[in-house]
Amino acid sequence: MNRAYKKIDQEDIEFFQSVIPKSRLFIGEEIHEDYSKDELAGVHRYPDVVVEALCAEEISKLLKYCNEHDIPVIPRGQGTGLVGASVAIHGGLMISTIKMNRFIELDKENLTLTVEPGVLLMEISKYVEDEDLFYPPDPGEKSATIGGNISTNAGGMRAVKYGVTRDFVRGLEVVLMSGEIIQIGGKVVKNASGYSIKDLMVGSEGTLGFITKAILKLLPLPKVAVSLLVPFPTLEQAVETVPLIIKSKFIPTAIEYMERRVIKNAEDFLGKKFPDASSDAYLLLTFDGNALDEVERIYEKVADVCLEAGAIDVFISDTQERQESIWSARGAFLEAIKASTTAMDECDVVVPRNQVAKFVKYTKEVESLVDIRIASFGHAGDGNLHVYVLKDQYSDEVYTQKLKEAFDLLYKRAAELGGHVSGEHGIGYAKLPYLVAQQGPVYMNLLKGIKFAFDPKGLLNPGKVC
Amino acid sequence: MNFEVKASSEEGYMEILVCIKQVPGTTQVEIDEETGVLRRDGVASKMNPYDLYALESAMVLKEKYGATVHVLTMGPPQAEHIIKEAYMMGADHGAILSDRKFAGADVWATAYTLSQGVKRFCKPDLIICGKMTTDGDTAQVGPEMAEFLGIPHIANVSKIVDVTRSNMTVEMDMPQTVEVAKVEFPCLITVEKGIFQPRLPSYKLKKSTAQLNVQYYAFRDLEDQDEMKYGLNGSPTQVKRIFPPVGNDAHEIWEGDSDTLTNQMFNALMRLKFI
Repeated sequence: MNRAYKKIDQEDIEFFQSVIPKSRLFIGEEIHEDYSKDELAGVHRYPDVVVEALCAEEISKLLKYCNEHDIPVIPRGQGTGLVGASVAIHGGLMISTIKMNRFIELDKENLTLTVEPGVLLMEISKYVEDEDLFYPPDPGEKSATIGGNISTNAGGMRAVKYGVTRDFVRGLEVVLMSGEIIQIGGKVVKNASGYSIKDLMVGSEGTLGFITKAILKLLPLPKVAVSLLVPFPTLEQAVETVPLIIKSKFIPTAIEYMERRVIKNAEDFLGKKFPDASSDAYLLLTFDGNALDEVERIYEKVADVCLEAGAIDVFISDTQERQESIWSARGAFLEAIKASTTAMDECDVVVPRNQVAKFVKYTKEVESLVDIRIASFGHAGDGNLHVYVLKDQYSDEVYTQKLKEAFDLLYKRAAELGGHVSGEHGIGYAKLPYLVAQQGPVYMNLLKGIKFAFDPKGLLNPGKVC
Repeated sequence: MNFEVKASSEEGYMEILVCIKQVPGTTQVEIDEETGVLRRDGVASKMNPYDLYALESAMVLKEKYGATVHVLTMGPPQAEHIIKEAYMMGADHGAILSDRKFAGADVWATAYTLSQGVKRFCKPDLIICGKMTTDGDTAQVGPEMAEFLGIPHIANVSKIVDVTRSNMTVEMDMPQTVEVAKVEFPCLITVEKGIFQPRLPSYKLKKSTAQLNVQYYAFRDLEDQDEMKYGLNGSPTQVKRIFPPVGNDAHEIWEGDSDTLTNQMFNALMRLKFI
């Protein structure tokens, strides 16, 4: 959307100051560099003003004012996104939720947790697990805010068994661009009351409304979790085993695939050895349940499936130390790949699970075709792959061109296989051209119509998603 | 109390014994404030994490030089679980010292019982123990056992530098220094966390060793038949009180310009032996 927005002037700042005290308001050079980018840093732009809001009422006043004065508003959590969704690409007012980080209510009778949007994912898991409860979505970035997770419909590894963030949001409090504060959904389990605005709000990347409260669904905490690390002779064999596991009907909580060279990056990055070095390719499976023998019975069935499919062995990780030795490496993959190169961009496509092997194989072809290093790992169990195109020694110009070539090929192939542009990182600013290319005008116009219904002036996080 | 060993290393083939122990599966162990006894009921158990490093050290030596790896534990029959787990990590033979007469042993009686068990079970060139257990935390059983067997021992081994037919050279991590020492076989070492990254138990080995026997030894099987040397009877230690440790969350905040901070950080890294 190319249009002119009002540049923030002194009068606007005075209004902001009447709502937000100076200690929580930053202008121009006071703004920390972090606020000019997100985690992948592909796009840089400083907002004109950053405020740290404390409540929906403050946000309501700010949004109403900006709506009347044509000022873009960018909601912001911890800025751990990867597609530029929280970057102020048109300048304007950035409203950070990092100080809205209170736990409001743990309702044990309804198994819900009500939180403010700035609570971190890692704080949520600790908080509920201390009560023997469980919030299953577990994206790799544990320092992300729940508001950000809801805004991208973050997935994570346990999606195979439990689903994604959308499946665990029961209700939301949202401030609309007009300044109105609305309650959506609630503690109810079922809801057939008209269009599901709640589900629309989840994954809207801050373009439809400003989330100020969330009611999350919880489950009882499974008492036992065991991981299997399964080495295969080749990556293809590893990934081709995934549909066989799904078919066995013994569904793991997570199915990840990983390559030796990415594991090596993580070893270098962490200064810690991975517990196995026998192979170039691995599947990492996790099982949970309430009793060890029950979990054992299930994982042994899947272990046999893996061995029949050509796995070299199946290693069992059943204690805290063993889980840490594997999962600390898995958790460091993104940072480790980042540290192994000069710059990178990522493709977070999702394909049907029985097409994962074809797509992974294709990334290897693209690697030699375009002559650029490509690292990948991902959620083989739900078809969501994280493919990183790495700059290494290339100049900016060559890299930009090769990156485009590689991405064009990868997104095209994903679409051919019945996949979609983003599994869990969202569209933001960076992936918009690929969404447009795949979905075409009819679909994109529907998105624009929805956007118009919520934010007719197009001021809330402009330039993102549609 | 001399300990005779067959000269197996002349054949280029070592006999290695790893001593292991079953400990509570979590660090959040509750202590009965009145009796001072660990509450083990309902708590899942696991192999002492330090023993995983001992076992891995043995497996690395086995892969490099050829060896038979024996594992020995003392405990109730359910400790068989960790012997089976050791099989899944590549151990060849396992034995349990299990008898009510061994119950209530302190470090002295435990070390003595184990030393008696070793004599019955195998003739190792090298005994490897974890530095300590996570439930007892004494780090004494390994060295005491070596004393009972009359063999040399080195504690806190952080690196195996070299192994020859008749001796090995290791680095031991002392409070202020790291010392390199050469020790003749037969000997005992206790290893530090991190000496090698322990391998994970193998499902293939789980299946192939499912029928592999675990040897049981009771009091009557041991050479020394003096009951007063075992269990509570043989334990000179009187436990006065057991209490949960206080968590260590010590931290320092440094301020200053980058030169000062760099120096401070450098000195701290030196002091902590990271560099």
